[in-house]
Amino acid sequence: MPMVHEDQDRHKGFTRRILMLSCGKAALLSALVGRMYYLQVIEAEKYKTLAEDNRVNLRLLPPRRGNILDRFGVEVANNQQNFRVVVVKEQTPDLMATLDALAKLIKLSEHDYKRILRDVKRKRGFVPVTVKDNLSWDQVSSIEVNSADLPGASIEVGETRFYPYGANMSHILGYVAAVSEKELTGDPLLELPGFRIGKSGIEKYHDSDMRGQAGTSEFEVNAYGRVIRELARNEGGSGREMILTVDAGLQTFVQQRLMSELSAASVVIDIQNGDVLAMGSVPGYDPSAFNLGLSNKQWNSLITNPYTPLTNKAIAGTYAPGSTFKMVVALAAMKEGIGALSHTAYCPGFMKLGNARFHCWKRGGHGTVNMIEGLQHSCDIYFYDVARRIGVDKIAEMANKFGLGEKVDIDLPGERSGVIPTKAWKEANIGEPWQGGETLVTSIGQGFVLATPLQLGVMVARIAAGGKKVIPRLARGYREGEKTVAYAVPEFEDLGIPQEHMKMIYQGMDAVSNNPRGTAYKYRIKEEGWELAGKTGTAQVRRITLAERQAGIFKNEDLPWRRRDHGLFVAYAPVDNPRYACAVIVEHGGGSKSAAPIARDILLETQRRDPARTPALPLEQSAEVINLAGES
Amino acid sequence: MGQQPHYLGRHNPEITLGQKLWQLNWGMIILICMIASIGLGMLYSAANASFDPWASRQAIRFAVGFVMMIIVALVDIRFWFRVSYLFYFGALVLLVGVEVMGSVGMGAQRWIDLKFIQLQPSELMKVSIVFALARYFHGVSQEDIGRITFLIIPLVMVLAPSVLVLRQPDLGTTGMLIMASGAVFFCAGVRLWKFAVVVVSGLAAIPIGWQFLHTYQKNRVLIFLNPEQDPLGTGYHIHQSKIAFGSGGVFGKGFLQGSQSHLNFLPEKQTDFIFTMLAEEFGMVGGLVLLGLYILLMVYGLAISLRSRNQFGRLLAIGLTFNLFLYVFINIAMIMGLVPVVGVPLPLISYGGTVMLTVMVGLGLVMSVWLHRDIKISRHGVHDE
Repeated sequence: MPMVHEDQDRHKGFTRRILMLSCGKAALLSALVGRMYYLQVIEAEKYKTLAEDNRVNLRLLPPRRGNILDRFGVEVANNQQNFRVVVVKEQTPDLMATLDALAKLIKLSEHDYKRILRDVKRKRGFVPVTVKDNLSWDQVSSIEVNSADLPGASIEVGETRFYPYGANMSHILGYVAAVSEKELTGDPLLELPGFRIGKSGIEKYHDSDMRGQAGTSEFEVNAYGRVIRELARNEGGSGREMILTVDAGLQTFVQQRLMSELSAASVVIDIQNGDVLAMGSVPGYDPSAFNLGLSNKQWNSLITNPYTPLTNKAIAGTYAPGSTFKMVVALAAMKEGIGALSHTAYCPGFMKLGNARFHCWKRGGHGTVNMIEGLQHSCDIYFYDVARRIGVDKIAEMANKFGLGEKVDIDLPGERSGVIPTKAWKEANIGEPWQGGETLVTSIGQGFVLATPLQLGVMVARIAAGGKKVIPRLARGYREGEKTVAYAVPEFEDLGIPQEHMKMIYQGMDAVSNNPRGTAYKYRIKEEGWELAGKTGTAQVRRITLAERQAGIFKNEDLPWRRRDHGLFVAYAPVDNPRYACAVIVEHGGGSKSAAPIARDILLETQRRDPARTPALPLEQSAEVINLAGES
Repeated sequence: MGQQPHYLGRHNPEITLGQKLWQLNWGMIILICMIASIGLGMLYSAANASFDPWASRQAIRFAVGFVMMIIVALVDIRFWFRVSYLFYFGALVLLVGVEVMGSVGMGAQRWIDLKFIQLQPSELMKVSIVFALARYFHGVSQEDIGRITFLIIPLVMVLAPSVLVLRQPDLGTTGMLIMASGAVFFCAGVRLWKFAVVVVSGLAAIPIGWQFLHTYQKNRVLIFLNPEQDPLGTGYHIHQSKIAFGSGGVFGKGFLQGSQSHLNFLPEKQTDFIFTMLAEEFGMVGGLVLLGLYILLMVYGLAISLRSRNQFGRLLAIGLTFNLFLYVFINIAMIMGLVPVVGVPLPLISYGGTVMLTVMVGLGLVMSVWLHRDIKISRHGVHDE
């Protein structure tokens, strides 16, 4: 019996203890449920977001860059398929064996090997590593044929910017290249590997137009970053296709023609709407090379080349305009009441001002000349004379009206403004008072005066347009999907020059080219109805020393290239009812005789092609106006 | 028997095999099958909708375990009473065995390769310790339990395997051994103040014990204390587990739809973190259902222990039920970041052979207690007093 009692006692105590234990368990299990509630109800949103972040990766899809078209719709910059061979380490039993097999089909340098192995090490096993870019068709097909021996290697297709006109349009179009550290703006698109942006030319100026909208691809990844599947895809928008004013055919002609010289530049402008039909700068470079990646050697040869192939001399080269400046001086003189025909000057070959002698380019002098003869013969003394009478500031005022001394604001980066000196300008920039002799030097486009070929082209365009403020432009419009939009051409403002004054200039310029005694008669256009009217110019790049003069070294041809005079020529055509304006500069060409024949050939070809009258790519008119340069 | 007529009113404790089968606790068996089925479903999901490599093997193990459970349940409890110390010593020998082998091999050695199963003696010990303690306390009278001298033997019985398991090193199992033993001590009637002494001295020993921990163990504890410390390094597991858990929400992402699990963000999803996967795919509802099933199973265990008429059976049932509770609690608390990551699987669900077998054997023993609830066992193991 004690046994039984004891067991009953024991059972009682046991039951009590079990109850306590169960309470403890219940408390702990409640804690679990509470925690579940906390994680799955209260904090659920946070963890759902974290889980999505884990799972979903977003990748930007680079948009297709807009093509660039010439005025007739010819593609001058487009995107070409670019084949590259990549290797995925995970899929190769032996990476080196695959690479060695590839090396038999495509050349792989030591450097390539190093880069590939480094990339393979850095990236995860399933990420493709580029073995070689820009494969030719032959290489692609040989890799495809031998794919059985190349485990892990495959061909991928990308897009590369391609410029069918190569060096002929390099300075207008510019080029694209990888984004540099400095250019990062926080736009993630710019951080895409292999993304390229415009670095110069139209590519840079209209970069944001042509870039387009990035698309996105949302895809699921696992814990190791491997892509499982695509969840959503939003194809971005291709960039706009820019439509230029340039005639690619004429441009090619201009560039090729300029290549008869070592270093030269030219512009051709339609004076009715300011369309820049061609803009040449020699030497050029191959813009595609930048996209493919330049070797150090190529780059060095480009930047050390004395003829500066990377500079667009048409907008960024500044030169003393020489005698091409004389029309501006003549217009300023007429405005100040000096009669073109009534006022004459006697040219004995020099002019004395104080103790200094200022020479005419013709040693013997021109005798008595009026303004038209002064232009025809490019007599320096006549312009010294009128300049002395009106002063430098009046000249500068007129020069500014004709687009000199300030940026034209063409659609290109890197344009320079040149210099048109005034008394105030000299005070401000050099800190010395203006000297009387400097007015004389200015009047023949020397001394401080500097202008770009584009500015000279604009100057002659404004002259040819009868004193209208022609504003040049490079972009006619753009195409976006099915929509084509033209930039409106503004009504050009009248510069307020009396037409009688303009007529004097026309007579003078006509005489330069078409009067047998004109300075450029030899380089006239003989085809009837296509004749040009022009003005020669020679810009000294150094002072001719007395010693040289006495030693008789006067011929430019005998001097080293760097010290020869620049040759300039500005012209419009046809002489009656002008349509095209052209400026040519030949660096160190030894005088205007280098530039005049080029300008003649260009204007002849321009009229032959007559791009301004040939129906261009039809565009819808839009209210959007760009290129209203400098006018507010 | 004549002198205890009030017992005669009850049915005869000796029943036939057929009766035993009839009286088997079928509710409990159904619960077990339900939990195991959930486990197989989760293993199927863990392998990305494939029975290989986990679900199929686990199914075979469950089948083997199920048969063993039924056999264990049918065997007379007096037999279990007699062999309980044998079991204990067998497990202890095996533990020493892995200790010896482990010192030869590298790092943590926890199992003996028996080809068809990788036997973890520490898992066996979780059942055996309860077995041995139940037998010991069965033989100690109420008064003797109050005496400290009578506690020395069971303490040694607990400490010997605990130290061995701690040396493996396996903190989780050590903790479970001590706590399950503590539950048996507690239910056997050991005075409460003695527990207080043990707990206080245990806490005092923490700074000393800390120095003996491996770096990874220290890290686990540190991560537990400061979970945001290193989400990509040591804290990765628990961080990803919490994300998976929380992102399941109330109703879950759906079967086979757990992004955390299927994209491998969740580590050990087929073993220790399988409940996380369940919670991700079936949400809080799924988690509560499984938890509810476990609780029902534990309630069965409690009821059986209360209903048993011998102290051995009571303690055995309560100890094994508590063991089950510890598995469930530690595992779920661990994956939710409530306790440090200690490597305790979820019984009947997590992939793993030994755990499945020991848990099934444990449940079989509980059923055996039920079937033999009216059998009385004398202090010293003789049936009739």
